[in-house]
Amino acid sequence: MRRWVRFVAAGLALALVVAARPVAAQVDFSGEWAPRFHEDQPERVPGPELGDYLGLPINESARLRADNWEASIQTLPEWQCRPHSADYIWRGPSQLTIRKDEDPLTREIVAFHAEWLRSIDNPIYLDGRPHPSPDALHSWGGFATGKWQGDMLTVTVTHLKEGYIRRNGLPRSDRATVTEHWMRHGDFLTVVTIVNDPVYLTEPFIRSTDYELDLHQRVPPYPCEMVTEIERPRGVIPHHLPGTNTQVQEFSERYGIPFEATRGGAETSYPDYRKKLKLMPPPARTRPRIEAQ
Amino acid sequence: MHGPWRVVGKLTTFYRRARRARREFLGVHFAVSAVSAVGILFSVFFLWLGDASAQQPDIRVTKVRDHFFMLTGAGGNVAALVFAEGITLVDSGGVEMSDKLLAALRSLSTQPVRYIINTSPDPDHTGGNEKIGTTGGQITGGNVAGQVADAGEGAEIIAHENVLERMTAPNIKPPLPIRMTPGTTYHVEHLKLSTFYHGDGIELFSAPAAHTDGDSMVYFRKNDVLVTGDVFNTTMYPVIDVDRGGGINGEIEALNHIIDIAFPDFRLEGGTLIVPGHGRLCDSADVAYYRDMVTIIRDRVQDQIKKGMTLEQVKASRPTREYDGLYAPSGSVYTADMFVESIYKSLSKNKAPAAAVKPATPAPKAAPAGRK
Repeated sequence: MRRWVRFVAAGLALALVVAARPVAAQVDFSGEWAPRFHEDQPERVPGPELGDYLGLPINESARLRADNWEASIQTLPEWQCRPHSADYIWRGPSQLTIRKDEDPLTREIVAFHAEWLRSIDNPIYLDGRPHPSPDALHSWGGFATGKWQGDMLTVTVTHLKEGYIRRNGLPRSDRATVTEHWMRHGDFLTVVTIVNDPVYLTEPFIRSTDYELDLHQRVPPYPCEMVTEIERPRGVIPHHLPGTNTQVQEFSERYGIPFEATRGGAETSYPDYRKKLKLMPPPARTRPRIEAQ
Repeated sequence: MHGPWRVVGKLTTFYRRARRARREFLGVHFAVSAVSAVGILFSVFFLWLGDASAQQPDIRVTKVRDHFFMLTGAGGNVAALVFAEGITLVDSGGVEMSDKLLAALRSLSTQPVRYIINTSPDPDHTGGNEKIGTTGGQITGGNVAGQVADAGEGAEIIAHENVLERMTAPNIKPPLPIRMTPGTTYHVEHLKLSTFYHGDGIELFSAPAAHTDGDSMVYFRKNDVLVTGDVFNTTMYPVIDVDRGGGINGEIEALNHIIDIAFPDFRLEGGTLIVPGHGRLCDSADVAYYRDMVTIIRDRVQDQIKKGMTLEQVKASRPTREYDGLYAPSGSVYTADMFVESIYKSLSKNKAPAAAVKPATPAPKAAPAGRK
């Protein structure tokens, strides 16, 4: 009898430990976070160069869309006021606020809400709810659910509207899904985003981004109104006809990088590509060249 | 019997009983096995039947607003507004899906279908008119009910006049049943239906020469939902049916009209919700992406026509290729070539296309045809 009691007690103790683990694993990500631009500052703050597709696992369709993209499309009323999508906005220049929702009884965190300056509320649900049907509305933030993996929060995002993987016309389709890994080390937040896009990427596209806790930060509201920035005849959509965009050469010429390399593709994202790069002839000097720092 | 004979007798009896028992057991076993085998065969057969019926997709219901639903899987998308006195439908799916669609509607309301608004004459949008329509009944009364014998029988089917023309054309063999065709039509730019009888203030906008020459987009004012029909899809390029009066410039104008009507919410998200002809629920930002794509491809084909390229040359240049992964993935019934050909024919037909400007709006005609 005593042995039986010991056995049950041990089982209960084990069950308690297992049940308690998710709660113990919860890390509080809420707070005010300021972006740190140690990575890709020229792309993230001033903006990327036209024709710079280096290091991106894009396919030919993505390349063509970017080649024919005209930046002034963003002056159309239907393009103004759009926020960056959930996968790109981590890399944007904006401050971030993360709020949390707690279950009033258990005090477990049931959702985080990430919101940047000029964005929308991006809820991440931790309550185990399923993702909506394929027929449901897509949004800039997508539909995000999170699961704890130890102290790391892994977020799955579906139902995204079309977005971009670089702000020079490289598209990310609305068929894409995103996995995020949130990690907190004291006052630093690192988020890894992994984009899977069956339409425009040949491999998962992985980026990491850092933020630092900023107790003095407050993200203000940022209303946006659509206005007529450029008067055009009705129905005009700015774009380049195929083969007519000479701007895609500029990046290659300005930085002395072989044009073939600037076209990107999964191969250009691996260290071995440097060897191939050295064998390529440099582009002709038709404009002032900016030497790499 | 005594002694050893008694033992032998008992053993013999035991042996006989054992043999009989074995035979009976084996017999039962055989019977069980046979029944099991037949059962398995039947199970497999019925599973196969089940699979065969499962090949017909079920209707998926997406809640758009509290009383407004999008039903997917019946062919073209179907929109349903459920109100106290009945259901107003936009489109009725394909004829082969009528029973499943009706069952899905019954799960939303026990009230009759009062009105069916058709966005085009296409069979995947009008196929359920007869079956679903005859289960319902429009609201009639007064002189009409007294003078027209079947005025209240069946749902009222409403569409652009050209839908009726296309569905009753002499080349339609065999002729479509009369209850499949619209009983109420309009021929001007738009038609308003009253809130009281239809569950919402409903406005039909004609989209002249877009997908066909009979397209309507249906706006539900209070619900703030716009049902576009095949003028807008999320799964394929727009089908420009030039032979039935469709045209690429009218298509682009229709897409711009959707954006005009829609009122986006904060940061161009949500607000007016858009039910496309095929595909998922959308808002105006989704339509803008689609409008951009269609316009860009139109501009390319137009430029190639100006350069004197033939249709085959234009197709060979693949002017849609960076969008094919989205709108014409391998195995698509409506291919990129078919879309390009329709643009080419449409632009060649109109030697002076609207080219990035507003296409001519048809002159307003007389008042809409009288309703029953």
